[in-house]
Amino acid sequence: MTTTLTPPRAAQRRSLRQVDRRTRWRKLTSLVMRMVLTVTMALACLPLVLILYVVAERGWSVVDLHFFTQDTLPFRLEGGGFRQGFVGSFLIMALAIPMAVVPGIATAVYLVEYGRGRKLAALVRFVTDVMTGVPSIFVGLFVYAVLVIGTVKLGFGTLAAAVAIAIVMLPIVVRSSEEMLKLVPDSLRSASLGMGARRWQTTTKVVLPAAAPGLATGAMLAIARGAGETAPLILTGLGSFTMTLYLVGERQASLPQLIHQNAVQPFEPGIARAWGGALCLVAITVLFTIVARVIAARFARTREGM
Amino acid sequence: MTGTSAETGAARAPHRSLPGRSRGRFADPLFKAAVTTSGVFVLALLAFMIIRTTADAWPIFAKEGLGFFTGTEWTAGQTRDLPNIHGTYGALPFMYGTLVTSAIALVIALPVSIAVALYITQLAPRRLRNPLSYGVETLAAVPSIVYGLWGLLFFLPVVLRPVMDWLHRWFGGVFLFEGPVFGLSYFSAGVVLALMVLPIMTAIIREVFAAAPTAELQAAYGLGATEWEVIRRVLVPRSMSGIVGGAMLGLGRAVGETVAVAMLVGGSQAMGYSLFFAGDTMAAHIFNTFQDALPETVLGLMAIGVALFVFTFLINVLARVLVWRASRFGGDAAV
Amino acid sequence: MNRSVRQRRWFAAVAATALAWAVAGCAPGTNRIEGAGATFPTPLYQDWIHSYAISVDPDLTVDYQSIGSGGGITQFLEQTVDWGTSERYLRDSDLADAERARGCPAIQVPIAFGAVVIAFGDPALDGLVLDAEVISAIFRREITNFQDPRIAALNPDRNLPDREIIPVHRADGSGTTSVFTTWLADEDETWASTLGAGTEVAWPAGTVGGPGNEGVAANITQNPGGIGYVNQSYAMVLELPQATVVNADGNPVYPTPEATTAALSELMIPDDFQFDILGVGGEGYPIAGTVWNFYWECGYAPQTAAQLRDFWSWAVREGDEAALALGYIPLDAALKQRVLAAINRIGSGDPARTGGSGDGHER
Repeated sequence: MTTTLTPPRAAQRRSLRQVDRRTRWRKLTSLVMRMVLTVTMALACLPLVLILYVVAERGWSVVDLHFFTQDTLPFRLEGGGFRQGFVGSFLIMALAIPMAVVPGIATAVYLVEYGRGRKLAALVRFVTDVMTGVPSIFVGLFVYAVLVIGTVKLGFGTLAAAVAIAIVMLPIVVRSSEEMLKLVPDSLRSASLGMGARRWQTTTKVVLPAAAPGLATGAMLAIARGAGETAPLILTGLGSFTMTLYLVGERQASLPQLIHQNAVQPFEPGIARAWGGALCLVAITVLFTIVARVIAARFARTREGM
Repeated sequence: MTGTSAETGAARAPHRSLPGRSRGRFADPLFKAAVTTSGVFVLALLAFMIIRTTADAWPIFAKEGLGFFTGTEWTAGQTRDLPNIHGTYGALPFMYGTLVTSAIALVIALPVSIAVALYITQLAPRRLRNPLSYGVETLAAVPSIVYGLWGLLFFLPVVLRPVMDWLHRWFGGVFLFEGPVFGLSYFSAGVVLALMVLPIMTAIIREVFAAAPTAELQAAYGLGATEWEVIRRVLVPRSMSGIVGGAMLGLGRAVGETVAVAMLVGGSQAMGYSLFFAGDTMAAHIFNTFQDALPETVLGLMAIGVALFVFTFLINVLARVLVWRASRFGGDAAV
Repeated sequence: MNRSVRQRRWFAAVAATALAWAVAGCAPGTNRIEGAGATFPTPLYQDWIHSYAISVDPDLTVDYQSIGSGGGITQFLEQTVDWGTSERYLRDSDLADAERARGCPAIQVPIAFGAVVIAFGDPALDGLVLDAEVISAIFRREITNFQDPRIAALNPDRNLPDREIIPVHRADGSGTTSVFTTWLADEDETWASTLGAGTEVAWPAGTVGGPGNEGVAANITQNPGGIGYVNQSYAMVLELPQATVVNADGNPVYPTPEATTAALSELMIPDDFQFDILGVGGEGYPIAGTVWNFYWECGYAPQTAAQLRDFWSWAVREGDEAALALGYIPLDAALKQRVLAAINRIGSGDPARTGGSGDGHER
């Protein structure tokens, strides 16, 4: 035990053994819990590593040039590729992105620029929140009923599939764009209006460009999500074993769906191709996510400068 | 950082153009109308989705009534005689399966999420904070189909099967671990689901912890509390509603998860009390049977879809309320 | 301002491409025929499509998606596919619906036969003798262990493992399930009165479902003690151990192509091609199913009808070798003639027929 004349610094350097038992116990508990948390953290990093490693290991040997340039062969035959899946996913996304991003950003603009404090805007925001949680299979059901066999009889194909994916992507784009637009400081808007610009000019020529990186981030995250969706495609695109470029009239394949078809069948060559497809798909989605984050980080940094 | 109107609440955004300049006077109202229409369109889309699917599925609800939620038999009608419904559509086994798999996912993922969030915000060196959060949250970038493929062909035979066999051997007496041990089961689907909801829960809980005012934590340290005591007695209690909100958002994601679960849960329409039974969930059942369904069964699946939507809606609303409440205590904790 | 001009030009280029695609992309391919339906014949159809593209007509794209027998019927009647495939034939009410929807009759023909085998995960069980009542009891979870006395009674010379039986069934609605359960309902009273026949039945707790023939085969091999019903082709290619099933005459028969052919030998096939294969005796393997294709007499684009006729006539005439190699049973000579005549009616109701033989309506 120390006397009161000992300076505080030395008191801190006392060893654990010189405090009372209860404090010892408390410090020990804290130490143990600290280790528990650290170990849990380490364990939590494991699944991601395991997934990426296994997918890479099993898919690597299948992915070569003709994996991208050849259509799929019968399941039990070796060779062939996923060309129609890559092309199909690309076309579906090419259609879905404008369908989701344009209304998405427009809605975000409404929420931030014109809708503050208004009931309609609050309702729209609430509805968008709800839509982010809608299971994508539900969206697929809806698009099948309305577009494939329903009122507008498009049949299976790229357009129906793109609409389904766009509906899945839309709420994500709205929510993230709204957050990004909110980050643009009002001083920018005031300055623009003060110089004589009209409201719409302020929005389109000042606010949107200022928020552009952030908007791009949101769009990329939505694209990563949309590209990986399988459920809405099973009865809108239906799937195909050959490449097709048409909007309507021919069914369309997609990468996630091809992976699924090959994964649930028992022939080895097909399963190997499923791993290859999974490797490509994960590479695409993880890449998009990382790039989106890098852009967002840079965007946040420049924001702080204002 | 210059405050945005969202945070200063009462202050109004600059909203009026300067008067004068007759040219382009109509562009402003036109633009406003365009974006407002876009907002209303989103509203209308959701409304249309719900109304249309409910209307289509109505004959099923009309025939089964509450039996849809309590009945355990699901047999497709074999005739094409709409709008008469011939089959029996009791969806309880699927709801039960959804509940069990989501519960397993939550039980596994919630403690881990909290632990990871604690580590990142309290224990990790500052430089490591971003990399670690990114690392865990990249799990969210992996598509569901890849979880399903990896789960079915790697995780299940290599990791889960031995675990299930071990649990069955040592705890087989407990009803939860009774055999037979199916590869495809609630347990397999639940564990992979846990991996899928981990990132979203971690992100939210991490934000909630990060939003806790450091003054309170420092005060506790100043009073002599150990790190663990600060966590246990100060940080976690005040973040409770945010944690629960994060858990509910994770639950909402788990309930709606389709493809990975469809590949792992077993596709059996019966209900079992053991975790190792093969069952089915609402989303997985729709996914597995949709392509092959006769028109009447499609309506039945739509009915399940509507029920599923209602579940996720309720869970998400509850979650937002809870997380929003947490954000009231300071900082932006909302996603 | 250079940047603005560049942006505008780029935007115009994208818009032009999009517009071009929108216009061109709405004309469906003229060199493509699409079908969908049962998973039962998937390996066979894939093989035929592959061979046809290599050796007969590389310009024609044939696409077949196995979405299930119910889906094959539904999408055919919805007219979203050029042909449908199913393990269940269209009944008169379905045919009436079809004619009403399209304005002309539908054509249904059997294309191939196959056996539905009981497969195991355990190679030591190959040839295990089972009869309808025991199979029914297994899938109703009345018998839960391989060492059950009823199984032992049928297999006095076999060492049965002490293992839990895990029945695997189809998670999706299926024609294979329909064939299997129709046979069970026909042979076993208890089954008929409890689960009944159909594409989807209420399987009891303790069973596992797999999507498609493919999923069931995968499940059987993954669970020790797994037992399930798949079509002969999958069992053959995967070399799955199979059960010897007792037929209506009390003879235990192992599923071989010869046994299935024997099962078909007594079959009387009516003009409308609507039939079930039941009550098989003699040397025949008792659980057999048929794959039907559905086409229309009219409503096709001109080339489509001809392409359908060409491909499917080729398949019926030349496809025997592939069928046998994959474990299916092709049509016999007499049946082939009848089926080819029916296939010739595809598109016969359309005003202008390009090529093809035969005259208009034959019925």
